[in-house]
Parts: sequence; structure tokens; C-alpha cells
Amino acid sequence: VTWHIDYLAIAPELVIIGTILAVLTLDLFLPRELKYWTATLAVLGVTLSAIPLVLLWAGDPPAPMFDGSYVVDDFALVLKGLFIVAGYITLLMSVNYIESDRYYQGEYYVLLLSSILGSLVMSSSRDLIVLFIGLELTTSPLFLLAGWRKGDLKSNEASLKYFILGVLSTAILLWGMSMLFGATGAVGFDQISAAVDGIMEGDTALRPLVGLAVLFIIVGFAFKVSAVPFHFWAPDTYEGAPTPISAYLSVSSKAAGFVGMFVVVYLAVPGALDYWGPALWALAALSMTVANLAALRQSNIVRLLAYSSIAQAGFMLVPFAAAALAGPEALAGGLEATVIYLVIYALMNLGAFAVVIVAARRTGTGELAGWAGLGRRDPRLGVLASIFFFSLAGIPPLAGWFAKLVMFSSVISAGGVGGYTLGAIAAVNSVIAFYYYARITKTVWFDEAPADAPAFTTAPNGSLVWVLTIAAVVTVVVGVYPPISTFFGEATRVLVAAVAG
Amino acid sequence: MEWFENGWGLSLIVFLPILGALVATAIPGEREDTIKRWSLLVALVTFVLSVVVAFNFDLGAASSFQFEGNTPWISAIGSNYHVGVDGISLPLLVLSTFMLVLAIIYSWDHWEEPRNPKGFLILTLILGTGMNGTFVALDLVLFFIFFEVVLLPMYFMIGIWGDKSMRAIPGFGREIPTRLYAAIKFFLFTLFGSAFMLLGFLAVYFQSGDVGGARTFDIPQLAALGSGGQFAGWGLAGLVFGAMFLGFAVKVPMWPLHTWLPDAHTAAPTVGSVLLAAILLKLGSYGIIRIAIPILPEAAKDWAPAIAVLAVIGIIYGSLACLAQTDVKRLIAFSSVGHMGFVMLGIATLTDVGINASIIGMVAHGLITGLLFFLAGSLHHRYHTREMSRLGGNLKLMPKIGAILSFTAMASLGLPGLAGFWGEFMTLLGSYNPLAGLSVDLFRTAMVIGAIGTVLTAGYMLYMLQKVNLGEPGEEWVGHEFHDADRFELAAWVPLMILILVIGFYPKLILGSTNDAVIDLVGNAYSVETAAATVEGS
Repeated sequence: VTWHIDYLAIAPELVIIGTILAVLTLDLFLPRELKYWTATLAVLGVTLSAIPLVLLWAGDPPAPMFDGSYVVDDFALVLKGLFIVAGYITLLMSVNYIESDRYYQGEYYVLLLSSILGSLVMSSSRDLIVLFIGLELTTSPLFLLAGWRKGDLKSNEASLKYFILGVLSTAILLWGMSMLFGATGAVGFDQISAAVDGIMEGDTALRPLVGLAVLFIIVGFAFKVSAVPFHFWAPDTYEGAPTPISAYLSVSSKAAGFVGMFVVVYLAVPGALDYWGPALWALAALSMTVANLAALRQSNIVRLLAYSSIAQAGFMLVPFAAAALAGPEALAGGLEATVIYLVIYALMNLGAFAVVIVAARRTGTGELAGWAGLGRRDPRLGVLASIFFFSLAGIPPLAGWFAKLVMFSSVISAGGVGGYTLGAIAAVNSVIAFYYYARITKTVWFDEAPADAPAFTTAPNGSLVWVLTIAAVVTVVVGVYPPISTFFGEATRVLVAAVAG
Repeated sequence: MEWFENGWGLSLIVFLPILGALVATAIPGEREDTIKRWSLLVALVTFVLSVVVAFNFDLGAASSFQFEGNTPWISAIGSNYHVGVDGISLPLLVLSTFMLVLAIIYSWDHWEEPRNPKGFLILTLILGTGMNGTFVALDLVLFFIFFEVVLLPMYFMIGIWGDKSMRAIPGFGREIPTRLYAAIKFFLFTLFGSAFMLLGFLAVYFQSGDVGGARTFDIPQLAALGSGGQFAGWGLAGLVFGAMFLGFAVKVPMWPLHTWLPDAHTAAPTVGSVLLAAILLKLGSYGIIRIAIPILPEAAKDWAPAIAVLAVIGIIYGSLACLAQTDVKRLIAFSSVGHMGFVMLGIATLTDVGINASIIGMVAHGLITGLLFFLAGSLHHRYHTREMSRLGGNLKLMPKIGAILSFTAMASLGLPGLAGFWGEFMTLLGSYNPLAGLSVDLFRTAMVIGAIGTVLTAGYMLYMLQKVNLGEPGEEWVGHEFHDADRFELAAWVPLMILILVIGFYPKLILGSTNDAVIDLVGNAYSVETAAATVEGS
């Protein structure tokens, strides 16, 4: 068999692979004090990989490759853009963080780049095997990265918990995929979709198997996106991992899980909607409610953000879950809303983590109580913290409100008892969520700084300032002029058209 | 001047304050005078622009939107940047820009700890953008944004500059600062309501697509659909109205959703209380008149008796609560519950008289209660207490402040000849004769209870005057030097007093603008021939 390969279409992946090899090689020859060059090279590589992305966006969509397993359409491009930007920001956040530990810098960047590569592959995957490889390439390096602070027991715990539950979820996912393969005899999404439709219409004997397979796959992805009740690893892992890795986990790794979940249910098993629709509904309702209530009790800022990101995952599931209850034709709108939510969430959450890194360095603690009076001691940091946390809470005119609006809008558009109930649950939850986000700003602005608090000396380094600037500007600009983000949602229409055609 | 009339004028009024706030961030915090002068300048220019709008407003066409601007904003969901004023929103817009100027003048040398005039004035200006924006927005999404934008500055004002005392809260193990409790309570209540309000807006949006062709968030278009009876057969209309009403009723606030108000108003710094009482509460009642009634008139009719009952409970409850207060500022705060009860009762009648009454009631309450909060702030500034048992004989210690307080209290209790009279009087008049189809018995009962409420209002206002103004100064104040009202205070208060007097004698200043628009609104919504003469004669 000869494969048609469009090299421009896979150029972003190729650039990242090249960067991985270059960093690995360079790391061998660099003396210890010059190791920071590996970081520079990694950042450079990720930046370069964005160039073919722009070219691809401007040009005609390339034909599907590898027998339809690998597709570079607008939907894939938008997600690749998201993963590259999130990866770029994570790299910038890592630079000083890792340098201060003085070991294994090269390896750190190689692993992070591998994870980015995996997420790029994920976005294009249109069969179960490529999807699985992409997903594992995204998450496996993170098992190591989560335990990067070797001297810290919490970091060891983070890594171990994440590893064990990650492997468990992989096993469940793979089991589900194998059952799906057994029932349909195919791995490509198109063929699976056709076969599942047939089974749903006629073959009653295979129906339970497909249902079970779909549920297993959903559970597997639910671990990856840390939806309740499969979320137990997240708070411990986020707390113990290096903060840039927590940021990456809460954005890229979560986004990868969502993408995987949606392409499978939307492209491969839309016929089994009666199985996965209610499952997603329950995941959404549980994630929002449980995580928000748990977040109210957190005193550690990173644990709080962990619960917040679980709750946000619940909000992101809402549009698709509500649409699934309304019927197949509503799914397109649900998908669009989820992607818009994901993009906005990614930027504001990365900004929030960048604030956490700067504030932790300045106050010397990750406890929320240590942030008392931060706003008066460092007004700029206080304003940034307010921007990101209020945006996460969905307060206009910051970007988060638009994410909430598209979420509610898709719920109401789906309608029905299930839809309205989910909408009401989401509405109550957004109020609960506000309480703990407001608690952070309360500590920052309203509480008095402890009398013996040390003066702030170290200024944040240039790359963090840059990260904070990008994230803050985007958060405000998207909030005031949301059409910028609807562009991402519109990219999902290729997928919709593919399904319809 | 064409640019001024096609949206730019209103946009300037809305966005000048926030642009001014942005510029103010660049001024170093030590140069306090520069920041104060700049903020005042921005507020003054905004006010002058709104006066220009008022003078160029065509009263002959008060029921149609003027100075209108409409450009696409979020095209994906068909939401436009649509602004405009009609006779209903014009008085409220001018009130809003006016109060902003007075707030900045008053704050000139009244700074609550921890001072920081720069931060405070920036927040005040941002607040101005939210307030002005809500009154001119003609798109549901835009309205929602401005409605929410006011929350952040007010949250920070209460939380940072608010009441420093500690307070035991049921359910909390330890005492917490009053300002923190009040700030978060204020935000959570409003957010809870507005989340459901947003769901209601979205439901209307999708329904408009099902009945009227294109889905739209445009308020005039939706109102046209509503008055055309397009939403009449919609099974969810009652629920959707309820969702919107929840959002507005929290803001107003209506009993039993009012509990945030006494806490927030009492804990807020003076300027915060003034703007809360004068403008922020009106966002809720304005929303019902502008959005809920015209779009869902049938559902409004179903809900009207319930609204009337809640309003009347609010009137009586607010007045009785006032009689039980020992803190003068908290008394004024509770009086808002009663006064806004009258406003809501007026709206609930769904007649032109009632809604006119509610608008003039809103303006009067804004002026009067705003002034009362200024006075309460100044009293606290001098006595360092607001306990009425310790105050007394204020007229002897500070004759000017005492006299102004007496004047304002008289206005608040609805003395004929002052602004407060018209809202209460016309509301009671309106409830005698509610919209055809509403229970006459219920509304007449409400009228009687409301009338009892006016007596109670007089009761607690006179009680407050007696406690604060009359009698002999307490032992503890002997030998204290009290300085009477200074020039900044007088500069902020005298214009308010003049307006209270002018509106009291010449209510047409407000009604002349609102009447046609209200008659049109009610007439469109319920296709009734309204008796225009009832209001014109006043």
C-alpha cells in the first residue's frame, strides 16, 4: 500500500518531533550552567510549529491521510492552535520554575514537548488506534512530570496517584475500544458509525455490547477530564506537581480528554446517543455540584484551582449533554458551545495559574491565607488575580461571561425537562462557584497583610510577565468583543458538515 | 451634530467614565488632587452630555427611541450594540449621571479608611459606566452586561472601604468583619437572580426565532412581538417571566429577597450607599418596565397580583423594620424596602398611572434617599456613631445639617409639595383602578394597606428626626467642637434639595417625559385605550 502524505499538513507535528530530537541531543553536550538553552530551543520549536498551522488555515484543507485515519480540517487546526498556545504558555511558565531546581532541565522539556505532540496527533485522529496513541502520548509524559519535584513527598504522591489512576483509566478505555471493535469490526470512525447505526436499528444481540463499550469509553475519558466521580486524583496531583504542570494538566490534558470524548461520541457512536447522552448529563451535573461544594472548603490555592477546574469541566460538558438529550440534530450547537468554552477557559485558567506562580514566589506560600493584603502590597498582581478569577466566575465584562452565555444558550436551545433541569443546576452552581472565586479576591484586597510579612523583592521574570500580559489582554478583549471566540466555535462546523454529508 | 444623534452621544455618556478611569490608572496615586479633578471633570462632561441629550430630546416623540445607535456586536448570536433613550429611560439616565457628579464632589475630602482616593474614584467611574449603560441598552445581552458590570466596583467599595466593625453571623463560628459579609452577600444575591434572568433572556431569544422568524435579543423588536401577542400562547411564558422577575426583584429589592440590602447599604461607604440607593436599585425596577412587561405582557398580567402582594408586604415590613432600628443608617436602608415597595406596587397595576407613578417614585427615591445617605455619612463622620440613642439635639449642634435632614425626612415621608409625594400618591391612585382583568378587590386592598404604609413611613421618619435632631445634645458631646456642613457637602446637597422641591411643585418635569412613553407602552402591551388626562392634569 502506498500512502499519500501531505507534508505541509503534518508539518506542525514534524517541527515538534524535530525540536524534541534537537533538545535531547543538545542536552547531552551542554554544560550545566548553559542548560537553559534547552528551554529557549523548546519555546522556539513550539513557536515555529505555529507557522505551518497558519499556512494550513489560510489554504485549502488537505485531503485525509492514512486511509482516513488522520484528518487536518478546520476543527483539528483550531484544536492544534489551542494546544500549541497552551503548550507555549506552559513552557514560558516553566522556564524559571525548573531552572531554580537545577536538574534534568533537558528531560523536562523533552517530556513536555512529547505531550504537546501527543495532543496535536489527538486533534487529527479519526480512528480508535491513532486516537489512543495520541491520548497516551499526551498523558504518559505527565506521569513523570507530575513527580518532578523529587525531594517533595507531595510531588511523589502526585505522580503515583496520577500514574495508577491514569493506567486504570487507560485500561478501561482500551477495553471499551476493544469491545467496540469486536462489535463493529472496524477502527475507523466512519465505519464504526455506520456499523453502530445498523446495530441500533436491527441487531438486538449486539446492542448491549455496544452500550457497554460506549460507557467504558466515556468512563475512560471521564478520568482524563477529571469529571466527578472519576476526579479523585486531580486535587492531590495538582497540589503536588510543579505548578506549570498543574496548569498544563488543567488545560491541555483536560482539553485532550474532551476532544477525544467528543470525536468518539460524535463521529463514531452518534447512533448510541441513548447510552452516552444520559451518562454525560450525570457527569456534568455531578462534576459541577460536587466540585463546587468541595472547592468551598479549600485553603490551598492550587487545590482550589483543581476543584475549580473539575467544576469547569462540568460546565463544559453541559452543552453537549443537554444537546444529546434533545436529539442528534442539536449536537452541532452543543459541540460549538463546548469548543468556545474550552478555548476561553484555557486562556483564563492559564492566566490564573501564572498568577499563582508569581504570588507563590512573592509570598512564599501556596496557602490562600498567605495572600492576605496581596492587592495592597502589589496592586498589579492584585488586579491580574481579580481579572482571572472573576473571569473564571463568569462576571462580565471578562471573557468568562461569554463562555457561560454560550453554555446557557445551548441548554435553553436544547430545551426539554432534562435540558432545563441541567440549566437550573448550572445556574445555581455558577453562583456557588462565584463564592470561592470571590473568596480569593476577598483575601487579596480586603484582608490585612500580616504585620511580619516580608517585603516583596524578586520581580517576576520576563517570560511570566509576558504570559500574564497575553492572558489578561485576551481575557479582557474577548470579554468586550466576544466574536473573536465564536470563530473557534465556527470551526466545528466542518465536523458537523462531515457528519451530515 | 448628526454623529451625536446616531448613537455616539449615548455611547460617550456610557463609556466616558470608564475611559476616564483608565486614564486615572496612569496618574500616580500621590497626586490626589489631579485624580480628583480629573474624575470630577469626566463626571461633569458626562453629565453635561446627558443634559444635552435631554434638551434635544423630542418630547413629542417620547415613546420612540431617540439618539439611537445600532451596530452588530456578537453576530454569531445576533446580538447588537443597540442603544437609545425614550421618555422612560431619559429621566433615569440624567439622574444617574447627576448622582455620579455629586458623589465625586462629596467624596472630595470625605475618605473612609484606607483612603486611597485613586482606587475609590476609579471604581466610582466604572460604576458610572455600568449604571448609564443599563439605562440606554436596548439589547438583552448588552443590558445583562451593564447590569452585571455595576457589581464589581460596588463589591470592592463595600469590601475595602466599608464598615470596619466585627459582627457575629449565624452559622459562622467566629465574628467576621461586617464589610466582608455585606459585600459577598450583595454579590451572591444579585448573581443568583441574574443567572436566572439570563436563562429567561435566552428562552425569549429562542422563542422569538420560533414565532417571529429571526432570533433576536433586540428589546424593541421583542417588545413588538410581545405586544403583537406572539408570546401569548407560549406555555413557558409564565416561567420565563418568573426567571426574569427573580433577577430584577433581587435588585429592587422586593420582600423576601431584600435581606442583602440593609447589610450592604449600612456597611457601604457613604458614596457607595448613595449610589446603591439612588441608582442601583432602579436598575431592577427599570428592567421590569423596559423588558419584562413589554415582552411578556400576558405573563406579567398573571404575575401582577403576586407582585402587588409582595410589594405591599415590602411596604409594611420595611416600615415596621424601620421602627425597630437603632442605627440611623440602617433605618434609612430599610426605608428603601418600603419605598421600592411603592414603586413595585405602581408597576403591578400595569396601568399608565401606576407605571408613571413608579418612575417618578424611582427618581424621587433616588434624590431623597441619596441625600439621606449623604447626611447619614456626614453624621457618622462627626459623631463616629450612628446609634440614635446617643445622637440627639443635632439641630443645636449643627443647624445646617439638622435643617437639611429635617427637610429630607419630610420629603421622604411624602409631604405634598416635595418630590416624594407624587410617587406614593399616584401609586395609590393607580391601585384603585388596576388594568382591566386584574382583581379590583385585591388592588384596592393593596391601596388601603399602602395608605397605612404611608402613615407608618411618617411615623418612623418623625421618630428618626426626634431621636437625631430634637432634644438636648447628650452629655458625651459637651465641649466637642462640631463643624457644620462644609462647602463640598453643601455643593453636593443643595442641588438635590432644589430638585426635590422643583419636582415636588412641578412633577411634569419627569412626567412630561415619561407619560407618552408609558401610555404607549401600556397601550401596546394590553391594547387598551388609556386615559391620558389623568396624569396630564397634575
